Amino acid sequence: MSEPPPNAVSIEKPPNALATEKPPVAEQARVEAAAERASVHRRTGVLARISEFRNVGLLGVLVVLGIIGGITAGTFWTRSNILTILQQASVVGVLSVGMTFVIIGGGIDLSVGKAMALASVWCTTISTQSYGPVVMVLCALAVGMAVGLVNGVLIAYGRVVPFIATLAMLASAQGLAEWISNKQSQLVTQGAINDLATTEPLGIPLLVWMFAVVAVLGWILLNRTTFGRRTFAVGGNIEAARLAGINVRRHTALLYVLSGLCVGIAAIMITSLTTTGSSTHGDLYELDAIAAVIIGGTALTGGRGTVVGSVVGVVIFTTISNIFILNNLQTETQNIAKGVIIVIAVLLQRRGRESPV
Amino acid sequence: MEIFQKAVGRRQMLLGAAGLGAGGVLTACTGNAKAKDSTTPTAAAASNANSSTGKTVTIGFSAPAADHGWTGAIAKNATAEAKKFSDVKLEAVQPTNDVTAQIAAIETLINKKVDVIVMLPNDGKQLTAVAKKAMAAGIQVINLDRVFDTPLAYRTWIGGDNYGMGVSAGSYIGDQLKSKGVSNPVIAEIAGIDSLPLTQQRSQGFKDALARYGFKVGPRQAAQFTVQSGQQVTANLLQSASRIDAMWNHDDDQGIGVLAAIKQAHRTEFFMVGGAGSANAMREIKSGSSVLKATVTYPPTMASSAIQLARLIGQTKGMTDLSQTEVPSSITLYSATVTKDNVDKFLPQGFES
Repeated sequence: MSEPPPNAVSIEKPPNALATEKPPVAEQARVEAAAERASVHRRTGVLARISEFRNVGLLGVLVVLGIIGGITAGTFWTRSNILTILQQASVVGVLSVGMTFVIIGGGIDLSVGKAMALASVWCTTISTQSYGPVVMVLCALAVGMAVGLVNGVLIAYGRVVPFIATLAMLASAQGLAEWISNKQSQLVTQGAINDLATTEPLGIPLLVWMFAVVAVLGWILLNRTTFGRRTFAVGGNIEAARLAGINVRRHTALLYVLSGLCVGIAAIMITSLTTTGSSTHGDLYELDAIAAVIIGGTALTGGRGTVVGSVVGVVIFTTISNIFILNNLQTETQNIAKGVIIVIAVLLQRRGRESPV
Repeated sequence: MEIFQKAVGRRQMLLGAAGLGAGGVLTACTGNAKAKDSTTPTAAAASNANSSTGKTVTIGFSAPAADHGWTGAIAKNATAEAKKFSDVKLEAVQPTNDVTAQIAAIETLINKKVDVIVMLPNDGKQLTAVAKKAMAAGIQVINLDRVFDTPLAYRTWIGGDNYGMGVSAGSYIGDQLKSKGVSNPVIAEIAGIDSLPLTQQRSQGFKDALARYGFKVGPRQAAQFTVQSGQQVTANLLQSASRIDAMWNHDDDQGIGVLAAIKQAHRTEFFMVGGAGSANAMREIKSGSSVLKATVTYPPTMASSAIQLARLIGQTKGMTDLSQTEVPSSITLYSATVTKDNVDKFLPQGFES
């Protein structure tokens, strides 16, 4: 959760130059010590408190939105409206959990929106649907993870810059989705899939449950497992991570597969929500997810971030849309509001990072 | 000034060439069978004086990317219609949503010296200049649906009636509510992309038609013509009013999402009217099981008519049912209201979304 102190590492490498040659022993010891310091710093230092403060600040934004919503729209604080907001947040929410891991690990995944469209199309073709709902779900997950695997291998082993690799994937996933679907919306004929979006266990929509489960699992994976700690290490200082014995390449690849898994889950959700698979799904969802992750306090440079922040970020954006629509205001103004919030959040983030150290 | 314009022209050409190249590579990869030129003739359409084979007309065709059921049907109909005539050679260029690429595509059609160009522009205003250029080069331009800035840019315009579509929807909703005796009804509207003039015209027609009954539009939101945006906007909109009496959704493609959102919110208290006339919407209307009770058409068969017109103009023929020796300069299609009673008549023309 911290940037390494400036004097710690003298090797300046771009985050993705996965170095292979071994540095001298003295150097190695020095770097290891620095990495150790950095991780101690992360757990106990001022920065931890700052990041908490940032989440509190985000919740503050949400409270303000809640007040504005309550005042301007009579139906804002109804049970069904709150559940509608959460259901609407669920798809981008799941994507943003995967995105959080990728960005903390020092990468970026621009392909999530269109990979989701591809998975939704693939799992709703007539032949896939003929095998029943279970196969459809497995198909969506498999496509999502396959896309993630290709991204991961290209980036970690092929040394393609994440921005380029996933941008290329965005384009090809879009093309493939259009090709498979012949640019038509594929209606879901399997009732069980459509029912996912209409069933409400314990009075709460199933999609909201799915979102919650993904977020909780994501939180545990990031904060309570070796995998999570390695993610911070790889994103914070790739050289130190390598010297500490982490298989940096494999880990980087796995991060994209994880993002792909989230894509697969999101694809099932959007398919059920819209009762279709379509190449037009997920337009600009990658930007929505990245924006949510960033205002949630995750550093684009990697090494620092929280799942909770991303989740709150997504809910903030969805709530803004909801308030605008409840007040019968048009969509253009929403985008302006979104932009302003992103800028403010990033400015706050920078202040938070500069002041304590 | 002139030099500057020339420079821009060259740059656009270069961009266009790059665009075309990329497009070509993409088509090669996907191997999509769409937009195939048809030189293999089948039987001509109808048997009148005009259907007899005449001089061969080369028709250039350019339309936005078929990423929507309606635009997909436009391309399909144009290709199918051209195949019906042995004296029509169709030069369909790579469909694109990029204005610059479409301009470049038209430039290549001009250079190829086709006889007639049928163009559905991405944006009427931005493609006016290149259409004028085609006219100046002696190529007749058939302006399909989205209208150019000036009549100088086209020989004939044929398109749907967006205002009339709103009127048809408003009239149906007004009649239904009046006959049910609802006073002060809540009427919701899910529009398409709001910045498009066609959306504004549809909404204006809807508003004006409702005003005749003394009704007003209540909650109104714009979606993006996609299923996902329809679902998203409707889910939120339904929360703004606990009771709705009627809803008009401009577009049957996004309507799939609108209907999904209505089902997910368990709302059944109102009836809905669609727009455009997709086969799927018509099947829903026929089954009568959902809130969708009618749709007002905006028929993509206009592309077939545009090819017919292009052929007639290319062969300097008129329309046989009219006294005029020349094809009229403007043809506006009627927006019909499809309900359960007449759905069977329209179903064959419905497009798959």
